[in-house]
This record gives sequence, C-alpha cells and structure tokens, in this order.
Amino acid sequence: MSQLIYPLRGGVHPPENKQQSLQSPLRRLAIPRELVFPLAQHIGAPAKAVVEIGDRVLAGQMIAEPNGPFSAAIHASTSGTVSAIEARPIPHASGLWGDCIVVAADGKDESIDFEGCENPFGLDHEALIEKIRHAGIAGMGGAGFPSAVKLNPPPNSNIDTLIINGTECEPYITADDVLMQERSEDIIRGCTLLAHILNSPDRILIGVEDNKPKAIAALEQSLLKLAAEDLPGIDRVQVVSFPTKYPSGGEKQLIQILTGKEVPSGGLPAHIGIVVQNVGTTVAIWEAIKHGKPLIERITTVVGESLKEQGNAIVKLGSPSQFVLEQFGFQEKSCARLIAGGPMMGFSLPDSRAPIVKTSNCLLVPSHQEMPDPAPAQACIRCGHCAQACPAGLLPQQLYWYAQAKEHDRLLAHNLMDCIECGACSFVCPSSIPLVQYYRASKGEIRQAEIEKEKSDRSRQRFEFRQKRIERAEAEKEAKRLARKKAAEAAKAKAAANAGTAKTAPAADPVAAAMARVQAQQSDPAEQLAKLERAVNNARNRLNSAEEKWQQAEGDQKAKLESRFKQAQLRLQDAESKLHDFKQQSAGENPATSNPATTNPASAKPTAPLNIDSDDPIERAKAKAQQRLSMSPLEKAENNLSSLNDRLKKAQEKAGEADDDKRAAMEAAVEKLKQKKAALEKEIDELKAQAPLKENTATAESPIDPDSIEDPIERAKAKAMQRLNMSPAEKLQNSLQALQTRLAKAEEKAATADEDKRPAMQAAVEKLQEKIKTVEQEIAEFKAQQEPAKPAESTNESSGVPLDAASAAIEKAKAKAAAQAQMSDSEKHAAQIESLQQRIQKAQQRLDKAIEEGNDNVDAFRLGLEKLQAKLKELESE
Amino acid sequence: MDISSLHPLVLALLVLGGLALVFGAILGFAAVRYKIEGNPIVDQIDNLLPQTQCGQCGHPGCRPYAEGIANGEEINKCPPGGQDTINSIADLLGVDAPELDAEHGTESELPTVAYIREDECIGCTKCIQACPMDAILGAAKQMHTVIADECTGCDLCVEPCPVDCIEMREVEVTMQNWKWQLPSPLAAVNSDIIASDRQTPQETKQEDTAA
Ligand code: SF4
Ligand code: SF4
Ligand code: SF4
Ligand code: SF4
Repeated sequence: MSQLIYPLRGGVHPPENKQQSLQSPLRRLAIPRELVFPLAQHIGAPAKAVVEIGDRVLAGQMIAEPNGPFSAAIHASTSGTVSAIEARPIPHASGLWGDCIVVAADGKDESIDFEGCENPFGLDHEALIEKIRHAGIAGMGGAGFPSAVKLNPPPNSNIDTLIINGTECEPYITADDVLMQERSEDIIRGCTLLAHILNSPDRILIGVEDNKPKAIAALEQSLLKLAAEDLPGIDRVQVVSFPTKYPSGGEKQLIQILTGKEVPSGGLPAHIGIVVQNVGTTVAIWEAIKHGKPLIERITTVVGESLKEQGNAIVKLGSPSQFVLEQFGFQEKSCARLIAGGPMMGFSLPDSRAPIVKTSNCLLVPSHQEMPDPAPAQACIRCGHCAQACPAGLLPQQLYWYAQAKEHDRLLAHNLMDCIECGACSFVCPSSIPLVQYYRASKGEIRQAEIEKEKSDRSRQRFEFRQKRIERAEAEKEAKRLARKKAAEAAKAKAAANAGTAKTAPAADPVAAAMARVQAQQSDPAEQLAKLERAVNNARNRLNSAEEKWQQAEGDQKAKLESRFKQAQLRLQDAESKLHDFKQQSAGENPATSNPATTNPASAKPTAPLNIDSDDPIERAKAKAQQRLSMSPLEKAENNLSSLNDRLKKAQEKAGEADDDKRAAMEAAVEKLKQKKAALEKEIDELKAQAPLKENTATAESPIDPDSIEDPIERAKAKAMQRLNMSPAEKLQNSLQALQTRLAKAEEKAATADEDKRPAMQAAVEKLQEKIKTVEQEIAEFKAQQEPAKPAESTNESSGVPLDAASAAIEKAKAKAAAQAQMSDSEKHAAQIESLQQRIQKAQQRLDKAIEEGNDNVDAFRLGLEKLQAKLKELESE
Repeated sequence: MDISSLHPLVLALLVLGGLALVFGAILGFAAVRYKIEGNPIVDQIDNLLPQTQCGQCGHPGCRPYAEGIANGEEINKCPPGGQDTINSIADLLGVDAPELDAEHGTESELPTVAYIREDECIGCTKCIQACPMDAILGAAKQMHTVIADECTGCDLCVEPCPVDCIEMREVEVTMQNWKWQLPSPLAAVNSDIIASDRQTPQETKQEDTAA
C-alpha cells in the first residue's frame, strides 16, 4: 500500500461496541402497514409533494420533487395509497413534527419499471447529475447533504482527489461495514462512476478503519476482480485502511488522515480539490444510474440491549422506528432511550413513531446499564483533556466559558464554527460537562443573531424608507397648503381691491367676521351715507317735535323749549351739512359707490344697487349682505324662513335618499331645521303683531300696510316711512321691544346651538345686546331731551358709542367663546343656569323699575321675565 | 543673496517653517480628501440596536436613541435589545454594561409577531399608520394582514386598533429557526456532588415553618 497515512490530531477511543450487530446476517425487513415520508430529510429546502391524498403510488414513484437546486426528491418505497399529507413526528433533534406524506401500504409492493442505463460512463456530467438529483440521493452518512450538489463543485475548483468514506467511526454502527461486505463490487463500480462525474480525479481513495478487516478484504477482492473489466479509472482506485480512532470519519478529519491537507476554516473540501462521498451514497448512486432505482431503502443498524436480536437490516425508507424495533424484539421497558445515530453524535428521539429516513444509519436502544444517564456536570477543573481530544484543534474549555457568557465575538474568534460537534471533548471531560451542548446552542444563537442582524438591517431600511415617504408626503401637503394660502391671499387682495377701501373678505372665524362687519358698517360709504341721512332725519324729526311742543307750550316752558328748538335746528343744520360734505366727498372720491341718494326721508335706508345675480361671487355676497342690511327684521325673518323652507325640503329629500346609517343624522338635521323654522315663524308672527301696533300708533300719513306689499324692498321702504311717521320715542321704544324679543330668542338659540355654531350665536347675542344698549341710551337721551330741566347735551356721539361698545362686545364674545370651548357639558349646563339666573334678576329689576315708572312696556318686561323663568325651570329639570 | 551667507539660526527657522507648511498642506488635503461622512459612532451604535423601532427607549426610533447615546445618554434603555445589546454597546463604547433599565420595559423571553384576526378586522387602516415597518398590508375597508417576516414585534399597532383584533403572538418554532438550548447553568452550579448536598438543614426548616 503506497498511500501515506497522516495521523489524526486528537481523537478518542470510546468502546466500539460493534460486534453486537455483526452477529446476525443482514436481513430484509417486512413492509410496514403505514410509511411516513418527511418532506425534509436532507439539508436544504424541503421537497414539494407531487401527490395528493388518495393517489395510488408504486415503489420507486416520486412523491415529492426537489424544490430548487439545493433539495432532493422523495420516492415511495412500496406500493399503496397516499392516506395523508400532514405533520408527523420526524427524526429531528428538536422533536418537532414536520410535514410528511403518509402512504398506506397495500402489501403488494408493486414497483414502477426502473429505467436502467447500459453504459453510464457514456452519459455526460449534466445528465448524470440530473439523474442523481431525481433519484433523491442525499448523503447517507449523517448530515444528508444532497449528493447532486456535492458532485457539482464550483467550476473553478480542480478536483484531484475523490474520497469514499467507509470509516464508520461511531461506536455501535456497522451499517457501512455490512454494506462494504455485501456490495463491495457496487462500491468499486460506483466510485469509478463518481470519478467519471468529477472529471476523473487523480486519486480515488476508499478509506476504511482497520477495525473492519472483512470489509477491507471484500473491497480489495472486488477491486482485483473488477480490474479485469474495462472500468475507466479503476487503476486509480485504492483501498486505504488506517488506525481506528474516533472521529476519523468526520469529513475534514478523513481528508486530513488521507491527504494531510486541512480544509480551511469556513471552507469546503472542494476548495482544496477534494470531494468526499459515503460508501452508502456511492452504492445508491450506482444503483440509481445503472439500474434506475431511486433511493427507497437503506441498511440500518438496529442495536442495543433492549432488543432480543441485534443486527443490520435493509429497511424501506419511511418505516416507523417503532415497527423496525419490533422486528428485532424490542423490549420497551428496559430501554433507557431511543437514539437516532450513534452514541456520540446521535440524538434522542422523543417519539418512536418517527420514520427511518435517508440518513438513519442506526437505531440505538440501550438499556439503563448499557448507557446510564449522564453524570451531573461539575465545575471545569481546567485539566485540558478536552483540548487534547479535540480533532479540530480547538480549545473546548475556552469555548465553554465564552458560550456560558454568550460572548459570540470571542466564540467566533476561537473558531467555534469549525467544531464538528463530535463530542470527543465531552467524552473525556472528567467533570462530565456537556460541552457539545454548549457549542450546539451557541452555534444556533450565533446563526440566529446573524439572521436577526439581517432582519434588523432590512427593518432599518424599511423604517428609513417609510420616514422618507412620510416626509415627502408632508412636504407635498405643505406645498399644497402654501399654494392654497397664496391663492386665498390673492383672492383676498382682489376682493379688497374690488371692495374699494374697506370691505374685507368674509373671515372664517365668526368673531373676526363680526368685527369685519362692524368695521364695514363703520366705513362702508353707503352705510355712512345712510347713517348720515338717518342723522339728518332724526334731527329733523326732533326739530319738528320740538317745534310742535314749543308752539303748544306756554309761559316759562316756552322759553326753555325755544332753546331746545334752536338747538334742534342747529343739529339739523349740522347733520345736513355733514351729509352734504360726505356726498360731495364720496362723489369725488369714488363715483362708483356713491349712491344716487336723496334727502328724501323715505329713502333713509341705503339703496345700494342690488345686483345679487352678479357673476362675481364676492360682488354677489356683498350685494346680498347689503340687501340684508337694508331689510327690516321681519323681512329678514321671512327671508330666513323661505331659505329655511328650502333647506328643510332639501334635507328631507336627502334623508329620504340616504341610507340607513346616515338617515338618523339627516333626520336630526331636519328636526333642527324644523325647530328653527318654528322659531322663525314665531318671530315673524311677533314682528307682524308689532307691525299693526306700529300702524296703529302711526299717524294717518301711512296709507300703505307694509305687509301687504309684495316687493320686499318696497315693503321696507314703506315700513321705513311708517317708522318715520312715528314719534321718535315710540319708534325707539318699539325697536327696543323688538330687539329685546330678538335678544331673548337669540340667547335661547345660542344656548341650544351645537358646538360649532355657538360662537356665531354668541356674537349675534352680543350684538343684539349692544344694540339694545344703544337704543336704551338713545331713549334715555331722548327722555333727557324731553325733560326741560336738563338742557340737552349734544347727543351726536351716537356714532362713536357703538364702535366702542361693539369692540367691547367682541372682546366679551371672544372671551365667552374661549371659556365655553374649554367647558365640559355639565359645566356648560351650570354656566347656562347661572347666566339665566342673572338675566332673570336683571329682568326682575327692570320690571320693577318699569312698574315704578309706569312704563308702557311693563307687559313686555313681564313676558320676558316669565319666559326666562320658564327656561330656567326647563334647564334645571334637565 | 547666497543662502550660505544666512545666519545658521535663520536658515534653520526657514527650513523648519518650510517643512511645517508642506506637512500642513498634506494634512489639510488629507482632511478634505478622506473626510468621513456622518457621525461614525452613531452609525456603529445604530448597527447594534435591534431596529424594532418601538420607541420604548423614549426616542422615536432606534437611530435617534443611537444619537442620544452618542450624546451621553444611558445605554440601558432598549428592552427589545436586552442585555445582549447593552453588552455590545458597552463593549463598543468601552464602558461598564449596566442592567436593563426596568423603567423602559423588560426584555421579552420570546420574540413576538403581530397577528390580525382577519375576520374581525374592519379595515380602518389605523394599524397601517402606526406600523413603523410598513409590515401591515391592507386598504380601507379591506381586511388587513401582517407580513410576519417584516414585523419586528414592536407592538405599536395593537393600541390603535379600534376593534382590538390585533394580538401579539410568539414566533412559532419551526425546523428552520429551532436551535439547541444552552444546558442550564444552574445544573452545573447546583449539581449534587454528594447526596447530603441536596438540601441544607436550614432550608428544610424554612420549608417546614412555611408549611
Ligand atoms: S465537539 Fe467540537 S470542541 Fe469538542 S472535541 Fe469535537 S470538535 Fe472539538
Ligand atoms: S476536559 Fe472538562 S474539566 Fe477538563 S478542561 Fe476541558 S472542560 Fe474543563
Ligand atoms: S427601545 Fe430599542 S428597539 Fe425600541 S426604538 Fe428604542 S432603540 Fe429601537
Ligand atoms: S405589524 Fe405591528 S408589531 Fe409588527 S412591526 Fe408593524 S406595528 Fe410593529
């Protein structure tokens, strides 16, 4: 034998225990009633089932196809029907269940026609690899690496050595030993075929430990015998035996023993020009290609003291372990545990239903005496035995410390990943520390950490992408908002330009709107004109009445009244001159807006052009606003009523169309509208009731009943005339009364209004209150004028008062709105009650005073008080 | 003027000054040419954080917390990262590794993933808006679902759901993510060297009184 042997570094000599299973000859096991084929029997992607429940399958029929290149097919090992595709116990260290195809055997064991191949050496590399892939061959020595992948090394690697691994270094296992004795010729043929696939490497080494003399002899005999045949490359095949030592069967260890080369850390044997295949795999490949027979059975060692017989058997893949053990007279009671694989690298099977798979080289069922429970671990005494035993040249003791501390960096720095998990270190450890467990766990953790790192990188990317997307969306929104704002500003500017000097665009905020209105009233030329005209009229009226009184008066009264009369005359002059000035001014400044106003008292109201139908919405709004301003309360109310009617109709229509969930809301809206309508109607009634009163009190100069006039403007004019014909005091009283009713109503409304309308309502209430105040003031002034003892002072400040009062009111309204916005419902309620009480008090005072003075309006005051009280009751009862 | 005619001291000064200028120019060039973009320490810390983006650290995401750490904040505020993350940040910064600050939450034993009970989902899209990972798929009024692979288990989508149909489930153990567990360290420490080590008389007494 010319082959040099390089001794293995480290390694141990555990009791071999191989004789037990070599006593009885190889036997073929019966067919179980049910076979289970896990879809994941190999490293890589699980296979994909290609049969369905109820399908009849034959032995050798593919039932699952390889899912991608890194996968292997699965074949039925006997004939039967697919009874289930579901999770079943599988031989895996985790004890998890995995997806399996379950076949109920029919016992006929019919098989498909295997398509052989006369001259496999005539096929090219690709065809052979494809055949191997479809035969579902995966490493049968332990890990189950798909053979097609292994035999297809990276193109740049120059394979110069093929090693067939017949080492079988684990104690107890003799499956390969038996295989080598029984099928030595197929092994030789197979390895020449593998050499052919691998482009004829220089050396083909069959490595066998020297504790299998029979196998070595059989191989050498077959080699001699087959040398006569014309097998390509058979001259390069060598059978190499070397001293038994655990774990020389490890791939890297075998390479080192036979070639002296070391596979670089993290590298593959192919990187140094070497491919290793197990003897079982070699036979399977030969059978698959020569005879077309896929991998459906294997030799498994069934061993352990819990069995009546021990030995090797040809087992159909998919046979449940339980079934296999029963064939060997399994005594469950004496069994310490069921181990898949050998005692060093195998793992406990928690479930004996787990089937035999491609990698199941051994089922070990030791008795308690044979394999006692591991002794409890003690502290490491730093003896260093483990480092001596380690075949990978690692420092197990160091790794142990780092594994405990989870120092992954250090573990990696100490080449944890080169650990082959052989268990030699645990075997020698005098402290019985389960070292391999630490390494397995740490490897798992490191892999997990790598996956997590990958995931967290992806998460970071996704998160950052999301951030960017949101930012972009925000920026777009902002840009749009800015554009809108600009447009709004432009429109506002335009409106301002259109409206001349003062009128501002309607503000969104009701308070601001109110303020704007007040300002507009102050500064609108038409408005000013109207005011001036009113002042003139007032002055004239006063003058008239003063003259009347003066003429009627007698004695010293007359002297006093004369002075008053003169004063009134002066004021009239003053007012007229002001009006005149203003007219001239506005005519000069802004001819467009100057009114064709006359001094005619009948046109006391501004008669701005009512171009409601104008195209420009701003113009239209303005016109409407002016029209409204020019309306009397009654007209306004009627107007409101008609628009309300419209809205009500529309709302009802909508409610009818709306679907169920919206209907409630709609109906509520309709209700509200109806209420409003009722209130308005009441208001109109009241106003109308007042109108006849006015008519009655009016002098005969008013021949026209304002209500009978169709045209609202005409009606307004008529009313204005009517008013003009009243005495000033009457007029004032009248308007005060009207205002008070309106105030009461408005307050009521404000209290019941919903949230968003409340500020507007409040503003309206405040305005009304202000108006009342001014009217009251006027009345007071008028009364003062009437009283001769008090020479009338100039009352021409009336234009100043409302402004200040208005801004004060606005302030108040604002404060109130703000306060209300912050209140809770119950607080609001309480506040309402409180304000009501205050109002009642005030009303009471007013009423008392009125009774005292014998005022005409006692009834009105009393009515108001009653109403307030009723409301208070209502509120309190809520 | 002949150089050799200069005073040796002046000459020395000239030479040294010249050298200083040359080296200064080289250094200046290098500073510009090999400038490091961004803040490398923040990147390094960010790399160690779990990127769950859950905000339990009090920052709107992991990177802001990394920046916080770079500015001297405590390193023990990230519960999803747990002690491992604290250790590695401590390693990076060369400081002692503190315990996880319980104020920010506790490290969960098992990773979780959000699960939407799909027949209860009303399609309000609120969870989508909450998810920092874009891991939820759905549209208005449509059933929503979680892309389990992208979900970091940050928990932020649970709260906004108006019908409470999102729950956090432990990540299932599969063949792909199963791993061996470390042998319990207690087994090594508490192992009984001799039979009488099993229970000290004191402990027995305590148990008796407790019973
Ligand atoms: S299990 Fe790993 S560390 Fe222990 S002897 Fe084997 S290769 Fe070395
Ligand atoms: S063999 Fe065991 S006790 Fe000895 S050094 Fe290794 S781990 Fe420690
Ligand atoms: S607690 Fe941790 S995972 Fe959560 S956002 Fe902060 S750094 Fe990121
Ligand atoms: S789905 Fe929920 S738990 Fe998962 S990342 Fe998104 S918000 Fe967090």
